[in-house]
Amino acid sequence: MVELVWLIPALPLAGFAILLLAGPRLGEPRAGWLATAASAGSFLLTLVTFGGLLGLDSAAEGGAGGHGGRWFVSTLFEWMPIGGLEVDAALLVDPLSMTMALFVTGVGTLIHLYSVGYMGGDPKYSKFFLYLNLFLFSMLMLVLGENLVVTFLGWEGVGTCSYLLISFWHERPTAATAGKKAFVTNRIGDFGFMIATFLLWTTLGTVSYAGPESLAAGAPALATGTATAVSLMLLLAAAGKSAQLPLYVWLPDAMEGPTPVSAMVHAATMVTAGVYLLVRLNPVLDASEGALLVIAIVGAATALFAALAAVAQHDIKKVLAYSTVSQLGYMFLAIGSGAYVAAIFHVVTHAFFKGLLFLGSGSVIHGLGDEQDMRRMGALRAVMPVTAVTFIVGWLAIAGVPPLSGFWSKDEILLAAWEQHWLLWAVGLVTALLTAYYMSRQTFLVFFGGRRWDDGAHPHESPPTMTLPLVLLAGAAAIGGVMNLPLVKDWLVLEHFLEPVLAHPHHFGSDTWLKWVLACVAVVAALIGIAVAAAAWLRSRIPTDRLEPALLENAFYVDSTISNFVGGPGTKAFEAAATADRRFVDGAVNGVAKLVRMLGEAVRPLQSGYLRHYASGVAVGAVILVIWLALRGAS
Amino acid sequence: MGSLLGASGATDFPLLNALIFVPAVGALIVALLPRSRPDLARPVGALFAGIGGALALATAWQFDTAAAADAESVGEGFQFVSQQSWIPDLGISWHVGVDGISLWLVVLTSVIVPIVLAGVDPHHDPKPYTAWMLLLQAGSVGAFVALDLFLFFVMFEVVLVPMYLLIAGWGYEGRRYAATKFFIYTMAGSALLLVAIVATAVLGSPESGITFDLVTLAEGQGLTTNAARLCFVAFAIAFLVKVPVVPLHTWLPDAHTEAPTAGSVVLAAVLLKLGAYGLLRFGLYLFPEASDWAAPVLVTVGVVGVIWGAITAAMQRDLKRLVAYSSVAHMGFIVLGIFAFTAEAIGGGVIQMVNHGISTGALFLLVGMLYERRRTRRIDELAGIQSAAPVYAGVFTLIMLSSIGVPGLNGFVGEFLILIGSFETRRWWTVIAATGVILAALYLLWAYQRVFHGPPAAADRQTADLRKGELATLAPFVIAAVALGVYPKPLLTATEPAAKCLVMHVTVHGSGEPSDPADPVLVFDRCEVRDGNGSAGDSIGDRVDDTAGDNH
Repeated sequence: MVELVWLIPALPLAGFAILLLAGPRLGEPRAGWLATAASAGSFLLTLVTFGGLLGLDSAAEGGAGGHGGRWFVSTLFEWMPIGGLEVDAALLVDPLSMTMALFVTGVGTLIHLYSVGYMGGDPKYSKFFLYLNLFLFSMLMLVLGENLVVTFLGWEGVGTCSYLLISFWHERPTAATAGKKAFVTNRIGDFGFMIATFLLWTTLGTVSYAGPESLAAGAPALATGTATAVSLMLLLAAAGKSAQLPLYVWLPDAMEGPTPVSAMVHAATMVTAGVYLLVRLNPVLDASEGALLVIAIVGAATALFAALAAVAQHDIKKVLAYSTVSQLGYMFLAIGSGAYVAAIFHVVTHAFFKGLLFLGSGSVIHGLGDEQDMRRMGALRAVMPVTAVTFIVGWLAIAGVPPLSGFWSKDEILLAAWEQHWLLWAVGLVTALLTAYYMSRQTFLVFFGGRRWDDGAHPHESPPTMTLPLVLLAGAAAIGGVMNLPLVKDWLVLEHFLEPVLAHPHHFGSDTWLKWVLACVAVVAALIGIAVAAAAWLRSRIPTDRLEPALLENAFYVDSTISNFVGGPGTKAFEAAATADRRFVDGAVNGVAKLVRMLGEAVRPLQSGYLRHYASGVAVGAVILVIWLALRGAS
Repeated sequence: MGSLLGASGATDFPLLNALIFVPAVGALIVALLPRSRPDLARPVGALFAGIGGALALATAWQFDTAAAADAESVGEGFQFVSQQSWIPDLGISWHVGVDGISLWLVVLTSVIVPIVLAGVDPHHDPKPYTAWMLLLQAGSVGAFVALDLFLFFVMFEVVLVPMYLLIAGWGYEGRRYAATKFFIYTMAGSALLLVAIVATAVLGSPESGITFDLVTLAEGQGLTTNAARLCFVAFAIAFLVKVPVVPLHTWLPDAHTEAPTAGSVVLAAVLLKLGAYGLLRFGLYLFPEASDWAAPVLVTVGVVGVIWGAITAAMQRDLKRLVAYSSVAHMGFIVLGIFAFTAEAIGGGVIQMVNHGISTGALFLLVGMLYERRRTRRIDELAGIQSAAPVYAGVFTLIMLSSIGVPGLNGFVGEFLILIGSFETRRWWTVIAATGVILAALYLLWAYQRVFHGPPAAADRQTADLRKGELATLAPFVIAAVALGVYPKPLLTATEPAAKCLVMHVTVHGSGEPSDPADPVLVFDRCEVRDGNGSAGDSIGDRVDDTAGDNH
């Protein structure tokens, strides 16, 4: 069954090709259904392949963790064979790639389905699904790729699709700018990806993940300095894609894209690619403790920073965008603490609840006629009951209320952070409190309290194509924790499943007592956050104007500072270079030309046309020649 | 050589000579067409150019990769060799042949000229225009297949005149200035080239008598170190002007911008490659030691070109000038790859030459089509074109992504191979060059946003989308961009042996004191590894040790 893996990305690619050739002719809604079918087929094939993987012998040698486990490589063709480089277009089926592919196709299909309704009436309806299928293909290449270069193909592919989808409504200048910003910022990360690839290839002579000659097999032999350099370059790559400090600036702006895009690309799937990359190369990271610490610090700082920014946003999607940045920070904190399984666990649960929250916000925006400002919402739970109930599930899940999925995955991360350093744990805990607070604020502002929308708006519940994905995702967000319940050792399904992918499986929380204390503290923090939000935004016990300081609303002015720099001194420097090219480089060339012409003018009188002038010239020359020869002969 | 030909299964038909003479004869016939029928010129011209293109594809089809892989030196790698005595007293012969390095450039040239001849309307005087284009094709192919220094020089010069006349006769407002600048600049290079060619033949010929034969001179290595270095410098300057590298590049934006569309396409796709190809064939092959000696300067020049070209491209106000400056950046990558002396980087450089021809050629076509509609190329006079012409915008997007180097499209393959290959021997240069990848996204996407995105003005709204004929002209470029991005293996398989032999050649004849102690050993090691049992894994341990050594 695992041999069918190539069909997983092939289906969305076929969908893309059909839509490219016949999209406008298919029209609405058939183009949408076709794309959804391609995605759903891909999901089913992933299930089949997953079943095939489980059937493989778990004692095989040479998996992506370097020491064995179930794995299967499907080589399609040689991609770039030259010199010592052997890059195959190959797909890897192993626990990590299947975990990623399952939730990518699963959540992806639901978002395709949702878009069938959401994008209704858009003049570029079929083009939207064309991009969406291309995105799904790229994302699947990213997670299924057997080597760094195929992963890079997917990595750049999702970046390109993200660009196309953010600037989907390209007549809006803000959307166009946001798309460009996303691509260019991501390219900074891509630079890191490339350098890391080059370093690994020149030192280990391979770019493959699995097999006896793989990165995992070679990583233990890496010198610490090389491992650190590679890890930091990978961090740069991951920070670009997964919106970590300081490269996060593109993600809040990416909300200019249609809301299903925000849910799929910029919350559930693409932004987790950085986390995937780091986990995939865990054998390299493990060779450098210094780099791990840096990753943990970047993650913790990003988590706190973005949570603070989320506190004061008014745009319903901006809150979720900063929240995504913050949650991705948690995942990096987990990786930096060596808790790779926890990171992937949170990737999956986050895909459920954040995908749900974004789709819910889209349903609200849809119902209110493209209103995104939460100050003009309120009391929507009565008119949009399904959206409200599912959104509440998402809210409680991300806030870390047990037994919803977010609690379990966040708990794992905080536990690992505690074992890395208590300060990292403390930052994570404060972030958890803030998360509960800002998500409660959002839920109260949108669905509770008094109505603040205009009389002209007629909020209504969304069509079934949109509410069905909400219900399914709400279910997943609620019970997703069962994947990895820490209560009994046998219930750690995900951990056992992923273990072969890890070079050094760490086990956290051997101390059961500590585990319970930390979990209780986290729950208390979440409840405090919810309580404060309720007091402020539901009961108005706390004056709310002071809870939204401009500093937080503008996210510490990081983005505007960078923009001002790029638009100001940055552009001036480029302009200066272009001017120098024109004035000095080209000026020198024209100067030489002018000099030659002047010389020509200067010597022109010599060519007088009079024979006697030439004759005398010849005579003088001859005399000089004779004298010179004589002198030379004399000496 | 003869046995090789036999082994390759090639027929006795002199393919390469035909590749030169079919367009040349075509040029003559077009010139002799009756004055009353100017409408015949382009179809007849396209037919001859097209026959040349078909023959070039046949050459590629018949190229024996197995025989190429068996070659033990660069000289043995040439196929379809044809040698006729020409000026025996001076040891000059009509000696032509292709290897994996020149093969794809020949194909590129022979295929692109018929496409632009058929697809781009010169608007006036089609007869001389077509004749010059055909001569351009003949001369360029001749330069790529020439294995005699004198023959190469003749072909190199043959190319200049038609290009000058095309710019001066069918160009835009500033065509005279641009054409003159182009001509003087390249003539200065040619003068150096001629002196160097004569010096190389006089000083480097074997005792049996003077010869201009490239293979004899290169395999013989008869020059003293100093003479070789001097000659190399002269050759290199002539080629670097052509590439061009910063700061010898300023003729390029003028020539590109003022040339007619077809001229710009051929200039980018073919003429710039003459420079890069020259560096490989008459730099590395003819003067391996001198190349090694000068490599630090040349990789620096390449990297400067990558960054400088990208920065200046970003600030251009004319879309065509922007594309021209992007060429400077792309060609900088190629120079870096050539002088990194690894099979990956040189192979990547050759692929990048072809890919640059495809992407930049297509970009010039696209800009030309926009100019036909709007009579402007100024970025600030255009906006929102995507709303009015979605198909045009879609093709532009794809080609732009290929130029940026997005994997899955052709541009990535060359760029990636150059960078990964150069990283082995020129680590820090490569790191700096890799930032050019960020800049490429910046300047292209920024220009795209200003021209295609945003609300269109009234004039923009009326911009017509692509017509069927235009789509047909662009189709080969689009197909090639995707095909070579997904499956570049045929190109790589043919190029690899030639690149490897060239690296060997440089390593064997090089100074013996590598600029970076550990690295050339690595290069050599890699060739051996592939030649042996084909497993790269054997040397993993060694390489780890190497790096470990680096880091302590």
